[in-house]
Amino acid sequence: MMNREYDVIVVGAGPAGSMAAKTVAEGKHSVLVLDKKQEIGTPKRCAEGINARVLASLDIKPDPRWAINNIRGAVCYSPSGNSVNTDLGAMGGYVLERKIFEKHLATQAIKKGARYMVKTNARKVLKENGFVKGVKADYMGEELELKSRIVIAADGVDSKIARDVGIDTKNVLEDYHSGFQYEMAGLKLEEEDKLHIYFGEKIAPKGYVWIFPKGDSVANVGIGILGKLSSDGNRAIDYLDRFIGSHPEIFQNASPIEINAGGVPMGSPLEDMVDNGFMVVGDAAHHVNPIHGGGISLAMEAGMIAGQVASEALDRGDVSKKSLQEYQRRWEDKFDTKLKKLMKLRYFLEKITDKEFEIFAETLSGDDIMKLTESKYKFLIRILAKNAPHMAPLAKKFLSK
Amino acid sequence: MVASVDRDKCMYCGGCVSICPTDALELMETFIKVDEDTCVGCGSCIRFCPVGALYEKDE
Repeated sequence: MMNREYDVIVVGAGPAGSMAAKTVAEGKHSVLVLDKKQEIGTPKRCAEGINARVLASLDIKPDPRWAINNIRGAVCYSPSGNSVNTDLGAMGGYVLERKIFEKHLATQAIKKGARYMVKTNARKVLKENGFVKGVKADYMGEELELKSRIVIAADGVDSKIARDVGIDTKNVLEDYHSGFQYEMAGLKLEEEDKLHIYFGEKIAPKGYVWIFPKGDSVANVGIGILGKLSSDGNRAIDYLDRFIGSHPEIFQNASPIEINAGGVPMGSPLEDMVDNGFMVVGDAAHHVNPIHGGGISLAMEAGMIAGQVASEALDRGDVSKKSLQEYQRRWEDKFDTKLKKLMKLRYFLEKITDKEFEIFAETLSGDDIMKLTESKYKFLIRILAKNAPHMAPLAKKFLSK
Repeated sequence: MVASVDRDKCMYCGGCVSICPTDALELMETFIKVDEDTCVGCGSCIRFCPVGALYEKDE
């Protein structure tokens, strides 16, 4: 496995990496995926929610082994506890068993011909004449030189490989969420077929607390707060523990069965996602929805597009930056406008006080909230002008073109 | 002053790695490696850490 040259090496076997690998393999090119972890999918850094529409568009059939709970809607709670119900539409969504999901995606790629190695840490690239030509990786105390015509970096927020190429994947505290999460059992939840989302400066500053039910009293319970606002005694873990303590009606008999943390890129995607023989996808490229912090679907879309463009570039025999830029072009065609609007909405929402949030809860319908997450918000300026005129100038400032 | 990791607290999520301006942190399989020569003691990672596993240490 190690002594040959591959068409593509993918670093990182998360949703982005495995989608890229599967797509490259479908394009009849050889591909090797390296993951530094001992077990693909663990530890998870994720709330595990996914929209059914996204799975359908990627031609992934939901399997009860990993799509473990059907979700019909979401309940959003204002700081004072007022709730707004939203309907996720006919297809709804799922709470995933993310660890199994990632292994499933890897399995599909392997069935198409991809090769995988785990506990293999690719930290540096091999370069020749300004082109990335493979990676240097540690496997069980041995340093390997693995060659390829293209390297795809899908190695997450802690990506090293892109930085080695000179692509800056850093995040800053103003555009980065500090996340913490328990999987808990023994919860008392009224509605296990809904996502529960809690807002408030004292609950989760510039972020939210989520309860994503998995069925049978189990849920993924987590929080994201703006990194800039994290400090001793007021870290993600502190806020979440306080939230759990203040909701005995849900958590009185609950205990954690898993504990995780993570960083979530909430800023704009990388300006440069490619170089000669090199592409960056997923969290490493900041492919995250800046409103809810969800990254699985954008990561998989990026992986698929990168895989397609890599295959086409190999067919043409041109893996230069210019040739691979087609990936970034297609990605931006599909998502750039929407993500830019969501960034504006994020900055607007970060200016909103708890008191103003209450006005939202009173005036917005569930459908309105769904529209916001889809980056449609013209109506919001109209609604605010009518119901909260003092907020209209702020909304105009942040949300108008 | 440089950043240091309390390995008993660290969840090895790797979240701190990407906010290090000097690329001094690295997530290995189950621990965070700090390159003390590269770390400039800016404290970004200490601030960010979801569980407070990073702290300041005198050089």
